[in-house]
Amino acid sequence: MASTEALLPVTSRQDPLSESRSDQIPETRQRRPIKVHLAVYSGLLLIALYVALIVTHDGSTAQHGAKDETSTESRARLAGVSEKSNDRVSRLSDDRKVEAFAWNNTMLSWQRTAFHFQPEKNWMNDPNGPLFYKGWYHFFYQYNPNAAVWGDIVWGHAVSKDLIHWLYLPIAMVPDQWYDANGVWTGSATFLDDGSIVMLYTGSTDKFVQVQNLAYPDDPSDPLLLKWAKFSGNPVLVPPPGIGAKDFRDPTTAWKTSTGKWRITIGSKINRTGISLIYDTTDFKTYEKHDTLLHQVPNTGMWECVDFYPVSKTQVNGLDTSVNGPDVKHVIKASMDDTRIDHYAIGTYYDSNGTWVPDNPSIDVGISTALRYDYGKFYASKTFYDQNKGRRILWGWIGESDSEDADVQKGWSSVQGIPRTVVLDTRTRKNLVQWPVEEIKSLRLSSNKFDMTIGPGTVVPVDVGSATQLDIEAEFEIKTEDLKLFFDDDSVEADKKFSCETSGGSTARGALGPFGFSVLADESLSEQTPVYFYVTKGKHSKLKTVFCTDTSRSTMANDVVKPIYGSFVPVLKGEKLTMRILVDHSIVEGFAQGGRTCITSRVYPTKAIYGATKLFLFNNAIDATVTASFKVWQMNSAFIHPYSQDDIGVPSRSGVRVNPNTVEELLVLEHLEILTIGIGNDSGLDQFLSSHKLMRCTQAMKFNNCRLQSSDVSFLAGMEKLDNLPELKNIYWRPLPFPCLTKIRVISCPKLRKLPLNSKSGPSGEKGLAIDAKANREWEDEATKACFVHPSIEV
Amino acid sequence: MMMMMMMKVMMMVTVMVSEGSIIEQTCKETPDFNLCVSLLNSDPRGSSADTSGLALILIDKIKVLTTKTLNEINGLYKKRPELKRALDECSRRYKTILNADVPEAIEAISKGVPKFGEDGVIDAGVEASVCEGGFKGRSPLTSLTKSMQKISNVTRAIVRMLL
Repeated sequence: MASTEALLPVTSRQDPLSESRSDQIPETRQRRPIKVHLAVYSGLLLIALYVALIVTHDGSTAQHGAKDETSTESRARLAGVSEKSNDRVSRLSDDRKVEAFAWNNTMLSWQRTAFHFQPEKNWMNDPNGPLFYKGWYHFFYQYNPNAAVWGDIVWGHAVSKDLIHWLYLPIAMVPDQWYDANGVWTGSATFLDDGSIVMLYTGSTDKFVQVQNLAYPDDPSDPLLLKWAKFSGNPVLVPPPGIGAKDFRDPTTAWKTSTGKWRITIGSKINRTGISLIYDTTDFKTYEKHDTLLHQVPNTGMWECVDFYPVSKTQVNGLDTSVNGPDVKHVIKASMDDTRIDHYAIGTYYDSNGTWVPDNPSIDVGISTALRYDYGKFYASKTFYDQNKGRRILWGWIGESDSEDADVQKGWSSVQGIPRTVVLDTRTRKNLVQWPVEEIKSLRLSSNKFDMTIGPGTVVPVDVGSATQLDIEAEFEIKTEDLKLFFDDDSVEADKKFSCETSGGSTARGALGPFGFSVLADESLSEQTPVYFYVTKGKHSKLKTVFCTDTSRSTMANDVVKPIYGSFVPVLKGEKLTMRILVDHSIVEGFAQGGRTCITSRVYPTKAIYGATKLFLFNNAIDATVTASFKVWQMNSAFIHPYSQDDIGVPSRSGVRVNPNTVEELLVLEHLEILTIGIGNDSGLDQFLSSHKLMRCTQAMKFNNCRLQSSDVSFLAGMEKLDNLPELKNIYWRPLPFPCLTKIRVISCPKLRKLPLNSKSGPSGEKGLAIDAKANREWEDEATKACFVHPSIEV
Repeated sequence: MMMMMMMKVMMMVTVMVSEGSIIEQTCKETPDFNLCVSLLNSDPRGSSADTSGLALILIDKIKVLTTKTLNEINGLYKKRPELKRALDECSRRYKTILNADVPEAIEAISKGVPKFGEDGVIDAGVEASVCEGGFKGRSPLTSLTKSMQKISNVTRAIVRMLL
């Protein structure tokens, strides 16, 4: 009997069933009487191929809809659309070129941001359920209480009066039910007509199914919304037929339809088509699913964190999610699981059937050329309507671009972007405009104003002192003659292909660019992060402007992702080129043309840290001279700390406990140039205040409930705030210049006898200093009071 | 007689085709087909696993390789004391793979949020590369770190299929 091995190629378990197999069959056929067995064998071959087809088909449908039909498509997906790409890994694998590099604690601890929201430690990702309630802005977030990588997810919670100064609260929700045992994931809040809050969130069940659950504040009278109750009938939504059990998450805020029902949308996918499912409800407990989708776009993959909201065509304020009408456009935004990019599109919403159509289908949601909130590191973003100030506010998760080992070492991972207002660009009507919330200006300390003209190929240091916490607002103008020469030069062709990523970064010189700032740079510019404009000739004889951030030389470290980010930015007739940059240690947020194009980057210098961080202005253009008119503010810390009773109505207390050891440790910091510190109690305070070195560096201090006795204290001339010192008798024994001081408010200082002022104190000018002592509720005695009530202090 | 033979052949064909098919289809779309197939075939769960299952098998292989490398590192302290600094860095990096990357990847893939699994898997390759780089071209761990990089690349390709 012929053995089966003779019919089939010799297969061990490793041999692939490749196309060559069909070649081998004809060979073995030759050994047998062809006539008799040809039919038999071809029949067998056909059966075998048929069987192969069936089995392959079964195999692919068994997987959760993610497999490609063709291998070329999946190779494209592999080919590095994710930022943490092969690029970094393959570069590292050439060992000889890699310099040995190790992070140390000094470098790592510098990375922590001063005024961006981040938990005290561990991992954070998506923003959840942001809302304003009873005087507080609430922020919830995906949080891992156990590690600096994703996992064991719970809902973290924080509150703030102003979206900037956050107070940590206890965890809001944990996986304590079968329907969220494997994760309390992203969700959104909705305000009902009576002002009560419902929260819809995704739970990963004990069987790993993604479901939607309903939760609400346990005690609506608690402005801090500390405790949350989960609906006993959860889950309220399970994956519908045709939707994968793991492709159903991130429910949106609901909006009212014209029939009075509430409507929500949830992102998902069918094969490779990204979709947004739509449901109606009256009570948030039972839902009717529409047969149609809110929207879908082929080849975009899974849509996570879908957001859907109206924007006004005519006004620059935000709109409640339920607003609709002729003056309104609707935005759909989705986070693309494949590419880690948030895309949005503007279009028209049809309430009658719950569908949405984009204004420009060629840049529909999820298409690679579609608009983005941010062209850098920015994901899982979510907006909410701030009914307090009538704005729509955008939160965005900013992950790390470093190695997980560094995250583990430093003990934390991820920050949130500064909340931004979002409105439709009423001039272009084609894109949104974002801007950091106004309240961030409260962090501005001293500022420097500059007007500089820089010729082609120049780099100029900008002396602002410390350069790790900055707010920069700048206006640029290219000299008219240079512009005209370039513009009229027909030999210069329209540069259609220019993009930040492919242009070679900030060192690639063109006629009219790049020019801008280099932030987080060291003196020798061995590490630097340029944020810049690049102007080229575009289509139809128009100038085209691109806004970029180049992190490729931001650090000597070799285990960090260093992309070049950016995009085209519309510049309308008569507009100057403007940019704003927020620098906060390892995060840089850049905004061009008032927020038409935004770029957030994570940067991890090894040398340009602490006092060694510098700011530069540069013009790398070949032909153009550029004038830059700009202001740079030092930014204070937001002192984000755990909430305590003292936080109601009283200036916040920071978590720093100053003790004699702290002072020792601080004195060791050789390059300390700026120290921003909040002091919670007074042990060691005397020592701190009497250290000339520390006081020289101290930019701002906040005291709370301390027993400050000492009168021998020296203060930095630029200090702005010093309050709540019940024992304070005086501040300094002789008058101080206080060049930046404009107003003194005396609060709760019953013993204060005098202030270190004379006629030369205060900013120059006749205005003089305003001293407000009315806020001081009690005086030690009449004599003390007399010092202040009568303006006997002439300044 | 002929019928019997035909039946046997048909069954053989069916068995042969179905056994290799899912693994091989999957591995075809990774950067290292042979490595992929040999790793997956060497695990008894491989033949009946779906894509998630295959990814989890490979993450297990990463875990095993990490432990093996850590043992090797520990042994090298005595044999090559002059390499202490680089070995310390490697030890730390590989402990991150074991304690952070692997658990993150397992949880993410099991729960259907594969992008975090991709992060963990990519990072395993990065940590291995950095460890290797610390020896400035004269590494005693090259074959182990190169293995990690290769397995990381293959695993990542499979995890991306889940996105």
